[in-house]
Amino acid sequence: MKTYKMSKDRFPEFIELIKTKGQLFGPVKGNGHYSFEKIEKFEDLDFDYQRTVIGPKKFLTPSRYPTLRYDKTGQSDVFVSDEPQIVIGVHPCDIHGINILDRLFLGNIKDPYYEKRRNNLIIIGHSCFPDENCICKSTGTDMVEDGFDLFFTELEKHYLVWVGSDKGLSIAIEAENLLSEEISEEDIQDYVRWQQKRSGMFKSEIPSFKYLADIIHLNYDSKVWDQFGEKCLSCGTCSLVCPTCNCFNVEDRINMNAEDGYRERILDSCTLPYYSMVAGNHDFRPDRTARLKLYYTHKLKEYIGKWGQPSCVGCGRCVTFCPVDINVITVSEALFGEVCENQEVCD
Amino acid sequence: MTITTKEGDHAYTTQPAKILAMKDLTEDTRYFKFKFLDESIVEEDYKPGQFAIMSLPGVGEAVFSISSPPTRTDFIEFGVRKVGSFTEALFNLKVGDIVNLRGPYGDGFDMESLGGKDLIIVSGGLGAIPLRSVLLYVEDRREEFNQVFFLNGARSPADMLYRDDIIAMAQRGIIESHLSVDKDDTGEWPYNEGVVTTLFPKIVDRVVSEKTTAIICGPPIMYKYVIQELLKLKIPKDQILMTLERRMKCGQGHCGHCAIGGRYTCLEGPVFTYYDVQHIKELI
Repeated sequence: MKTYKMSKDRFPEFIELIKTKGQLFGPVKGNGHYSFEKIEKFEDLDFDYQRTVIGPKKFLTPSRYPTLRYDKTGQSDVFVSDEPQIVIGVHPCDIHGINILDRLFLGNIKDPYYEKRRNNLIIIGHSCFPDENCICKSTGTDMVEDGFDLFFTELEKHYLVWVGSDKGLSIAIEAENLLSEEISEEDIQDYVRWQQKRSGMFKSEIPSFKYLADIIHLNYDSKVWDQFGEKCLSCGTCSLVCPTCNCFNVEDRINMNAEDGYRERILDSCTLPYYSMVAGNHDFRPDRTARLKLYYTHKLKEYIGKWGQPSCVGCGRCVTFCPVDINVITVSEALFGEVCENQEVCD
Repeated sequence: MTITTKEGDHAYTTQPAKILAMKDLTEDTRYFKFKFLDESIVEEDYKPGQFAIMSLPGVGEAVFSISSPPTRTDFIEFGVRKVGSFTEALFNLKVGDIVNLRGPYGDGFDMESLGGKDLIIVSGGLGAIPLRSVLLYVEDRREEFNQVFFLNGARSPADMLYRDDIIAMAQRGIIESHLSVDKDDTGEWPYNEGVVTTLFPKIVDRVVSEKTTAIICGPPIMYKYVIQELLKLKIPKDQILMTLERRMKCGQGHCGHCAIGGRYTCLEGPVFTYYDVQHIKELI
């Protein structure tokens, strides 16, 4: 991986340069929360943030988008234009989230709508410091080696700029006059100090996160699920904000003229009622407990079996936004607690 | 039918097919026969038990088991029960109308691997729709299999899907067929009366457990009792094959709806073994 150094005061110039490459999006504060929004000028950007409400999945699998248009004469696919989108300020956890979505949508069967968006997306990461809801250290996603085009680590006086792709390298070459290849011993010391400082800032953790798959398996019939099911509002917020939740529904819409219409994908959630209902109204998961169990089992256990890692990236969004405090921390704590209480296998 | 790979095609590309024929099977179930407009599409490239997705612009998409066998080309058939908005719209179409299809999807019955084996095929209710593909396949390639028994159950003669076809098949005798209805309200039903499991005594003496593969499809309650009978006959659990239903939107493991634990029914199913059922929670 090629690495450069950039003086902090040159950063606005870099933003001007990158804006010429396509539509630029980045973290912006509004209504008390952060979100990735269109950036007109450098001053709009605010990198001092922990998490946006919706992660960068909104650029790849938006909550609602058309896939097909039709009228009485025929139908045609709807794809986004070729104009690149650039998202800057993406944290390591969210880049891991994109890598997880890539594995699903660009695996053996490629999703054409995702693929087009992904090919158009330039990802520029940015380092961060955790708050009390960040659990990426436990999930092993606090650092990132791939999945970005460029990544900026903000140190005291300058940025370290990591190149993660050919696209990133082309941008770096174009930004040659803003970058330096001279990384001194002192810069490395700076970086190590930054790492140590950040590592010491984590307040929340999920102990033995890597053993969670087994714990979930053993606790399949645990009353813990009923307790959470009782509390769950089936509002779907967890799926909306989760950077790896991608389930979608497909619906057809007829326009008001009754002449033409379109088919669209809508972000769905396995915690919503009717998620598993088939024609004839047989519902395989009629209660909240069953649906919540699917959510957490799929995310924390089954993904490990399938891909070797869970699909939780520790971003803390469920911790921040679930209105009734059901999240990856409380669920794992309850499940570990259940095992400790009943089977005396814990310390 | 096959997923085409023409320039510009992708995982969701549908192929227009014309309705060649349709026929009511029961009060709410109808048979549809389609032919693809693109003559280069080969209609034989699928396994019995696989499914396809039909698309009607303005209505949506829905998943249907393929009811014809890959041994009979030039057309593709479905049996459809009218239970929702999509099937309502489908039932309003006429011969000659166009439906867009994509597929085939799922992991079906691997008939080639069952060569030389004995088969017990048990169907109940709507189970006749996917199992018709198995039955016609076996009839067309009868020499590839050893003993084949077919047990069919329906609520009443009027509720029996493909009734005339199945009775004709029983009379042809290529497959040893035993037919039953739970209750004969016509007084004219010439075969067995009682639930499908009451047909087992007709075959038990001849079943060679380890050589036999059972293929079953029907309502959830039927699985329970039929599996009990098959276990009594000491059919190994991984030789009891069944096809299951789940909600599906994409057919390619992306939309998430058919997930059972970490498995997607659309990719790893809809055919599962009884061994799977015992070891995968929530399967049935």
